Parts: sequence; structure tokens; C-alpha cells
Amino acid sequence: MLSVQDLQYSYEAGNSLRFPAFSCGKNEHWLLLGQSGKGKTTLLHLLGGLLRIQQGRIRIGETWLNELKRSEMDRFRGQHIGIIFQRSHFVRSLSVDENLALAQSLAGLPIQRDRIRLLLEQLNVGHKARSKPEALSQGEQQRVAIARAIINRPAVILADEPTSALDDENTGEVVRLLEEEAQSVGATLLIVTHDTRLKARFPNQIQL
Amino acid sequence: MNLIKLSWKNLAHKPLNTFLSLLLFGLGVGLVIFLFLVQTQVQDKFDKNLAGIDLVIGAKGSPLQLILCSMYHIDSPTGNISLEEAAPFMRQGHPLIQRAVPLSLGDNYKGFRVVGTTHEFVHLYRDSIGQGRLWDKPMEVTLGANAAAELGLKIGDSFQSAHGLVNDETLKHSDADGFEVVGILAPAGSVIDQLILTATESIWQVHEGHGEEEEHEHEITSLLIQFKSKTNFQALNMARGINENTNLQAASPSWEISSIREQLGLGVNALQVLAYVIVAVSAMSIFISLFSSLRERRYELSLMRVMGASRRKLFAMILMEGLVLASLGFLLGFLLSHLSMQLLAGYMQESFRYSFTGMTFLWAELLVLAGALLTGLLAALLPALQASRTDISQTLSAS
Repeated sequence: MLSVQDLQYSYEAGNSLRFPAFSCGKNEHWLLLGQSGKGKTTLLHLLGGLLRIQQGRIRIGETWLNELKRSEMDRFRGQHIGIIFQRSHFVRSLSVDENLALAQSLAGLPIQRDRIRLLLEQLNVGHKARSKPEALSQGEQQRVAIARAIINRPAVILADEPTSALDDENTGEVVRLLEEEAQSVGATLLIVTHDTRLKARFPNQIQL
Repeated sequence: MNLIKLSWKNLAHKPLNTFLSLLLFGLGVGLVIFLFLVQTQVQDKFDKNLAGIDLVIGAKGSPLQLILCSMYHIDSPTGNISLEEAAPFMRQGHPLIQRAVPLSLGDNYKGFRVVGTTHEFVHLYRDSIGQGRLWDKPMEVTLGANAAAELGLKIGDSFQSAHGLVNDETLKHSDADGFEVVGILAPAGSVIDQLILTATESIWQVHEGHGEEEEHEHEITSLLIQFKSKTNFQALNMARGINENTNLQAASPSWEISSIREQLGLGVNALQVLAYVIVAVSAMSIFISLFSSLRERRYELSLMRVMGASRRKLFAMILMEGLVLASLGFLLGFLLSHLSMQLLAGYMQESFRYSFTGMTFLWAELLVLAGALLTGLLAALLPALQASRTDISQTLSAS
């Protein structure tokens, strides 16, 4: 589960943002909505442990992120948080399955070749396991990115505008995959978006 | 996935950059090692063949030439001196001279020099007989170990020498009697290994017969002198006396060799500077290629952080890329240097009959390895620091 209390963030420019308190349970799927400039990305980076928490508290499972040291945060992020970015990026020198293996090894976990293969097959990109990421289509890359986000069975999956560049059909497909995969590892799913097409599908919503 | 493998994959992903850095680094390191190999072996040859000789007496001319010819057997003689002139130095009981060994040069067999001398010569080089015996009478020869092996001669074989110091079949003394092999020396690791030794009289015998004048005056090429005391004032002054008052020339091996070493040293130093410049340039190339790759890799570096890599891990990864480049560059240079030394050895053997080798390894090479790794580390230090400081949040939100 994921909860936020009294969270505030001040930019170097001087302006600061105050975020509403919210709490999302295990296996729940949420939308984080808001106009540009409302700090959606900042909140996502705070939740994902990519930005240091200045004020307030964030809890994932039993861990308070604001209490972690830098190196503890790195490890925690690798093991318990999966992030899917708007555009998929990979380590270009590694093949698709090596990218997933890297996600396991950087998190300090043992590499599970079988799980990597199964996951890629489940997401319909099993035949691309040995290819370099740049040889994959946009859709395939996004599916590999989803695989990478859930490979370590995280407690929380954060998705940043995963559908903004997709048509209706593909949007439906990606959201279905996200929900399925989050379900399969028992994670809390939080989709950050301004895509109004998703509103009908997710009753749980946080508005910034 | 370990760091070395990851670093290697990153380098292999940029084959051209990596190749250029490797090539430069390899050339620099190769040149450094190559110079070490050449210098050590050349000095070793010079030192081993000093054989405690204090003075060489021969015909007037270049003192260096006299030394090279009489002691290293790589140049032609300055001329001959009459036995009469040389006789006073060879007198038994000379107050200053312990040993005076006459040399008569001028003949070769298939490029190996025939040296007319006395048994003292073998003692001078502290060599011992391997098979058979030393020559007892004219036209008997005892071969140096290398000469015997390369010429394929055995005890009992005979051959005819040719005039001159290089192999030329047309100058063969086909009218003279042949030499007979009576012994082969044990390998000494010095110049004596590649000589064909015989009695001084043999050389006279070969060259008489075709002279018009019946009463041929006996000549030798030079005398190798060992003093009784190396610090005796009179002995030290002897060379000057000979050079000023006689038709002979006396040259001091240690003096000539130290001047040759100085000149060789200058050349080697210049090349060494060049080698270090190449290494420095290659370090720059490693630095630039790592640093510029960070720009295009900053997204994937941030991504690695997202996947759980610490700052320290990124730092280590980029350092490792520098180290991997330096190690491979060292390996390339190591192979290049020993290979070219081996090639050079073949060529030197052919022209000087001295054996050099690329298959020898120096402790200094470990130092070069340490220096190479340090260079790689230094070149990667700044890029590694930069990589570890990547602001992940900013990079990832700037997409």
C-alpha cells in the first residue's frame, strides 16, 4: 500500500507545491489526474524515490521513504517500486532480456532467466528477447518497459502518461496489460495522466 | 550482471570509438615496452661481451670501429698490424699485462667469422669445450655453439672459408686447404658462440699461396689486453703512450661502450618521450570518448538509478570502462611489442649473428601494466564523477 501525508516540495526557483494526502491499498488501481504545472511529475518522482523528500511523509508497505538514506533509497526503489515512463528507454548496449536481467541484478536480486522468459512471452515479446531494444516497435518497447517495471514484483507500480501517445485501441490494450500485470504481482497501480479517456475506467482518482 | 561485462557491452556498443582508443593506447604501451626490450637486450650484449678486456690494440683508425670489430664482431677491421709490432705486448712477464690475445680476422664461412687466435681467447670468455677439443695445429677449428648449430657442422666435417666478413661464395678460398672441425664449445651466451676459432697460423696459411711475394710478413688484426691491475697508473697511461708514440692504436672498451650507450640512450629517450606522448593522447581519447558518451547515455544512466543502482555503482561502471580499455590496450601493446621484437630479432640475427628475442619478459612490464591501469583510471575519473552526479529526476522529466 501507498500513502502520502503532508507532502510539500519547494523548487530551487522558490515556488513550492503542496500535495493532498491520499492512501491507496494493496491491489488497488488509481489515477492521478491534474493539469500541466500542477506537479504531477514531481509527485511521481517523490513517490518513486527519484527526488529527495523535503517535507512530509510517504509510506510504501511498512517503509517510510522519508526515513531512508540515499543508498537505502536506491535499493528500496529497485526492489519495491516499478516505474513506467512516458517514453520507453533502455540500456542500448544490452538486449531485451539482458535489460530485464539488469533490473534484477541492480536491485540486488538474483537473476531469474525463467521468469524473464515467461514474462516476455506473457507480454507477447518473447520472440524479441535477444534483440536490441532499438529494433523493437514502439508498442513492443512499451510492453518490455512494463515487463521491466514488474520483474521484481514491486509493491507499487507508477506509470507516467503511459497512453498519451496512443490511439484508443492501443490505450485500451496498454491499460488492460498494466492492470493485469499489477494484479499478477499484487501491486498498487498508480497511473499519472491527463488522459481523460481513462477516467471512466478507474473509479479511484486523485485530483491535483 | 557484473560490472566488467556491463562495461564491456557498453564499449562494444561503440566499436569505432573503442577501436580508436584501443589502437592509440596499444601503440603507446607497445612502444614503451618495445624500447625496454631493445635497450635491455642491447645493453646485455654489450656487457656480456666486455669479458674483462681492458684495452684493444690494433691499426690506427676509429677506436669505436676497432672495439666493435675486435670485441663484438660487427664491424670491419681498421686494418692489420705486423706481428713484429704486436710482439712486445705478448711478451711473457710484461710488467703490466696479464694477458694479450691476438686476433686475426678477415675470413668467414657462410657469414660466420673465422677468428685466428690462441687458446687464451677461450679462457678470456670463460668458455669451455662442449665436444671434442680445442685446435692443436693450423687448419683445425673449434666452433662456437651457435655457429655449429646454425651451420650444421659436426666434429670431423671440413669446409673452405671465404675472404671477407660477409657471406660471398665467389670469394671462397678454393685453392687453399679446408678447415677441419675438431671441437665445439659449450654455449657461453656471449659473442664467442657465433665464432669459428682456429690458430692464428691458419689465417696466414689460407692467405699465403696466392701472394706474389714469397716472404709474406705475418700480420694480425688486433690484440685483446687484460691488465694485471685495473687501477695501475702506468697501465692507464699505456693507451695514451701507444696512441702518441707508435703506429698502433689502443682503444678502451669501457670508454667506447659508455659513449655508444650514451648515444643509444639519447635515441631511446627521444622515442620514449614520443611513446609517453602517444599514451597521453590515448588517455585524452579515452577521456573524450567516455565524456561525450555520457551525454547520449544520461537517460540510460538515470534509468539504471531507477532500477536500483546507487551513485557509487555508476561511478564504478564508468571507471571500469576506462580500466577495461586500458587493460585491453595494454594487452594489445604487449603483443605488438613482443611480436615486433621477435621480428627485429630475426633481422638482427641475420645481419649481426647476435641472437635477440621477443620471447623474454621483463619485470618492468609489470610496471608498465600498473602505469597503464592508472592511466585508464585517471582518464575515466572525471566522466565517472559526472555520471554519478546525473540528476535523475531532471533527466527523466526532460524527455
